[in-house]
Amino acid sequence: MRWTHGMTVDRVTDLRRGKLVSANAPTAGSVLSLERLGVTFTSPRGVVHAVRNLSLTVGPGECLGVVGESGAGKSQAFLAALGLLVPNGRATGAVRFGSLDLLALRAPELDRIRGAQIGLVFQDPMTSLTPHLRIGDQIAEPLVRHRGMSFAEARTRALALLNQVHVTDAERRMRQYPHELSGGMRQRVMIAIALSCDPQLLIADEPTTALDVTIQAQILSLLAELKRSRGMSMVLITHDMGAVAGVADRVAVMRRGEVVEVGSVGAIFKAPQHAYTRELLAAVQGTSAHLSTAVASHGAAVLDAETAAGGAAIPETGAAAAEATRLAGTAIGAVAHADRAGDALGSRVGSSPTDNVAGLQAVSSPTLVLDDLRVNFKIRTRPFGKQQTLVAVDGVSLKLAAGEALGVVGESGSGKSTLARAALQLVRPESGTVVWLGRQVDALAQNALRPLRRDVQVIFQDPLASLDPRMTAAEIIAEPLQVHRPELDRAAREAAVLRALDLVRLDRELAGRYPHELSGGQCQRVGIARAMVTQPQLLICDEPVSALDATVQEQIMNLLAELKRETGLSILFISHNLSVVRQLCDRILVLYLGRMMELAPAESIYSRPLHPYTAELLESAPIADPDIQPARLARALLGEPPSPLSPPSGCVYRTRCPHAVPLCADRVPAWEEADPARWVACHRWRDLVP
Amino acid sequence: MGGSIRACGMSEAAAESTSTMSDFRRTPSLWSKAAVRLRHNRVAMAAAAVIFVLACVAIMGPLVSPYAVDSLDWDRLAAAPLGPGSHWLGTDRLGRDLFVRTCHGLRISLVISLVSTAISLAIGVTWGAVAGLVGGRTDELMMRFVDILYSLPYLFIVIILTTLFERGSLPVLFCAIGAVGWLTTARIIRGQTLSLARREFIEAARATGLSTPAILLRHIIPNLVGPIVAYAALTIPQMILFESFLSFLGLGVQEPLASLGSLINDGAQEMQSAPWMLLVPAGFLVVLLMSFNLLGDALSDALDPRDDGGPRD
Amino acid sequence: MLRYALRRIAGSIPTLLILISVSFFIMRLAPGGPFDQEQTLSHEVRANLDRVYGLDQPITVQYARYLRALSHGDFGPSYKQRDFSVTELIAQGLPVSATLGVSALLLALASGISLGMVAAVRRQTSVDVGITSLVVLGLALPGFVTGPLLALLFGVYLQWLPAGGWEEGAPRYFVLPAITLAVPLAAYVARLTRASALEVFRANFIRTATARGLGWRRVVWSHALRPILLPVVSYIGPAAAFVVTGSLVVETVFGLPGTGRYLVQGAINRDYPLIMGMVIVYGTLVLLLNLITDLVYGWLDPRVRHE
Repeated sequence: MRWTHGMTVDRVTDLRRGKLVSANAPTAGSVLSLERLGVTFTSPRGVVHAVRNLSLTVGPGECLGVVGESGAGKSQAFLAALGLLVPNGRATGAVRFGSLDLLALRAPELDRIRGAQIGLVFQDPMTSLTPHLRIGDQIAEPLVRHRGMSFAEARTRALALLNQVHVTDAERRMRQYPHELSGGMRQRVMIAIALSCDPQLLIADEPTTALDVTIQAQILSLLAELKRSRGMSMVLITHDMGAVAGVADRVAVMRRGEVVEVGSVGAIFKAPQHAYTRELLAAVQGTSAHLSTAVASHGAAVLDAETAAGGAAIPETGAAAAEATRLAGTAIGAVAHADRAGDALGSRVGSSPTDNVAGLQAVSSPTLVLDDLRVNFKIRTRPFGKQQTLVAVDGVSLKLAAGEALGVVGESGSGKSTLARAALQLVRPESGTVVWLGRQVDALAQNALRPLRRDVQVIFQDPLASLDPRMTAAEIIAEPLQVHRPELDRAAREAAVLRALDLVRLDRELAGRYPHELSGGQCQRVGIARAMVTQPQLLICDEPVSALDATVQEQIMNLLAELKRETGLSILFISHNLSVVRQLCDRILVLYLGRMMELAPAESIYSRPLHPYTAELLESAPIADPDIQPARLARALLGEPPSPLSPPSGCVYRTRCPHAVPLCADRVPAWEEADPARWVACHRWRDLVP
Repeated sequence: MGGSIRACGMSEAAAESTSTMSDFRRTPSLWSKAAVRLRHNRVAMAAAAVIFVLACVAIMGPLVSPYAVDSLDWDRLAAAPLGPGSHWLGTDRLGRDLFVRTCHGLRISLVISLVSTAISLAIGVTWGAVAGLVGGRTDELMMRFVDILYSLPYLFIVIILTTLFERGSLPVLFCAIGAVGWLTTARIIRGQTLSLARREFIEAARATGLSTPAILLRHIIPNLVGPIVAYAALTIPQMILFESFLSFLGLGVQEPLASLGSLINDGAQEMQSAPWMLLVPAGFLVVLLMSFNLLGDALSDALDPRDDGGPRD
Repeated sequence: MLRYALRRIAGSIPTLLILISVSFFIMRLAPGGPFDQEQTLSHEVRANLDRVYGLDQPITVQYARYLRALSHGDFGPSYKQRDFSVTELIAQGLPVSATLGVSALLLALASGISLGMVAAVRRQTSVDVGITSLVVLGLALPGFVTGPLLALLFGVYLQWLPAGGWEEGAPRYFVLPAITLAVPLAAYVARLTRASALEVFRANFIRTATARGLGWRRVVWSHALRPILLPVVSYIGPAAAFVVTGSLVVETVFGLPGTGRYLVQGAINRDYPLIMGMVIVYGTLVLLLNLITDLVYGWLDPRVRHE
């Protein structure tokens, strides 16, 4: 009987210990072999089959990548193999490790293998480390337990391990607690713990999902390096095809609890057999395709062919597009305008929207203007300590033209979410101005702002959490109408809701459902419908696709692009992922620690980044191509983002910048116009970019 | 970064395969789901039945019995239960039928606890919700006030109140007991409101342009109803306890009225010679409290299911 | 940590002052004075008494005097029990009540936490059902029910323990009262611990600890126990408050000479200094306990210390 994660309280006597066969001699071929594994969960709602009839092997010294979208059961399979299921889960089949069947072992016997011969790294380092034990002790524990070392010996070894995983200032870290470390460091500590007893096999369950993209690259690079240096077998479970491309030797694709395809990494990526694999790759490579061609030519300063071709057509399409936008306004279903706009742009559906930028900016007045925005937060690091000021956004200015999509990209701590909230006046800026459709709003009271909110709407990151769980989809979508169009009667409201549903391509039958009965993508569509029902002119998107599967991401991004085309909507799109914004955005702004680093048309950011940070972001963004990704990983830079409470002097990026010189510490770089419509804040961009 | 929220509610495929429905027809709301869960919980249903039965007995009992609540039966003073003369549960020291007295005691206990719960909820929920939603200075002040009141011995306040006014008057008891309960209610509701206010759909409502009262009314309160109901079900037994406690000390209901607490007090004094005087009201009290506690637990489980036990993925 | 503690103590003093003032004024404003229940006294005697005890002064003067006396540690004389000062009365009764309270609290915590942990580890087995049923029963057994029953059973029928009364330094007189007081508290603590343990066992870091092959004993002891105890520690404040008020009943039922009765008697008799003394003692106790609770909480959860 299990009370937690595969732990039993039966007393296993020492007799059984004697019966345990040594597991140090693996049978030829595989280190770990899952045979016809099935995992089920029983709940009051019924039985859920998370994994069906799964058979996989991991060979010595190889890395098996297990990919699939959420609900595929990939994590559950390996958790079951190691007896780590929640109490209402059951596993059937066999799991061979050496000469043992892991599923047949009781918990005390399993304990001898877990942590000693098989190491595990989990997804969320924040919650996966024990909060009240020091780092050093947590690494030393398995050593004391499995290797019989004394605590002192174990600690020495722990220190060595921390250095192996490139944790800086290891001595000090040993005595710290998990919450004092950054996400990337915590994950390194997890890896160190998993490696402490020199396991034969390391299982990494979504090790990079909760991390920033630059840190992701570092961790993956570390894993690849460890695999090589130790000759260890590895299982990398992830939804990120790019991660797999960089580290894995073989790949297994899972869907709904079953393996649909297995093969070498080259075969899977280049010549996928199964339709689902192809679908997955298409979704991922769709976004990173531009990235890969652009990055491949990075440094060669070759203009992308598309831009060159499109450049000549700028005057005509620009003017036509501008006029269409002005005429279309924001009327949903204004077919004539949409058609005209569609004609002018329809033939260029997949092309870069950059062409329109110059034309648009010249003609219509900007939808959103932020001028030298600064947002502070007062926080206390200790319950009764001194209050400190955190500068979340430091001097950000931008102009968003009508019908334009501007992407704001940055990692955690960059202030991008705060920027979105300040733009929405959900957070009041310390200084600077915010202008909506020509009206200055930063000084207005909330009451005065209310009627203006009709034209400025927002969609959020967590699709489920942004919907009231007690309201149906129809009620949620209708709510803005009750605020902004109270004169509408019930019939008119219902009609508007239906129109909004059609606009976001959501089935009308789903209108009566509650959020917890909708999938992530459907929830997000409801959120978009709610935002669009008042026919706004500006839509602020705060990481709306980060929490969605790759295929769904693609759909939502396409939807947004369509909406922009059809209605002339202006979009401010916040994201941490450069590849995702590529499809949609005309221009891109890169933020770091609340300051602007670079602002440029989308095309040129990818082909010719001027700022070293932009270059690092591009380098870290995973590309689903096994030929180039491993080499890119090897080049991943080290370095952690500094704390926003004490930003570095001068250029805030200098602590991680490979090109930093003393000047960078003395003076804040000016925001200068490097090319027409390209701006950068760096002292050395001229030297660095050909 | 956010990748951990990959599966919301249902996977895409599962959502697609559900059959179509007519326009705007509602699927089972969270309320009906909770009701179903509750109905399946046999212990809870049994507890609810017990409470119902006890309430019926309290109301009907005296009507059925041949004795009045204050009629003294000189022939059978402190008689044992089921003795001659249809005193089903015996009599007390003065010859009053214990069954009828206990029924009256039940009535009083139930009424006092229900009214006090209502009062404490009314004050506590408003206080807590406003503090939690408005936040900032107002919140600090409001909760400071609660903290200070908390550190006053509530017994002391109640004693003062009861000695200020006529002893044993019911309205005073309602207010005194209710006034004690609202402090904890306010704290809990404030906590719930705080965590609600941080959720994204509240931010979305603000971004849509709803005013704070509208947010409170349309989004916060409906989402609070669940915890409030569950909490109320658990507060009622506490109120019963507190009232009994006061009556036991002689500060609550006065003669000739009786509550379970005063009956137990009387019974405790005679327990060596006539133990049924203690056991009968005590038994009723314990059963009543247990039923309410079980029902309350089941309600909070039904309205806020945690241990559903799916994969964590 | 020390600075934090000092700052908290400093912050509690205003609260204490408010407490004292509020109590003072409420008492004075309640109708009736301390001498109303005496046999009808002649006017002169009444006036004399009032003068002696300073009750003829305006209320603000009385307040100032009281505070001044307090700062010297003088709680004033008891109005009712003329031969004793409040300080003496409290000094007599406090050790009894304190012993009772502390033993009940410790007993409740020890049994409650153990039962809760066992129930959580053996969830949904008969052991768990058994413990949960006990908990439900315990919550429904207030002191004034359990006390007499226990006294009846163990004191009268079985004659194992005294049914009441008290002798200096004889621990057996504390057994039944402490158990009576501890029962509802233990039930609540057990339920709290069980719920907390169930949550912690589902946590990610417990899964990680298990994955390191540390064995269930070490996982529970080193990794799970401290987070599990956090809500229990938070509850100690209210628990102490419960013990104080509950001891009133228990002392009455078992005839123990503690301080509980002072509160009730004092209010009924309008014995102002006695009540004030009790309020101050009680208030200080609560504040002290809150402080200790915070410190223990900080020790258990390093995140509170730093962030």
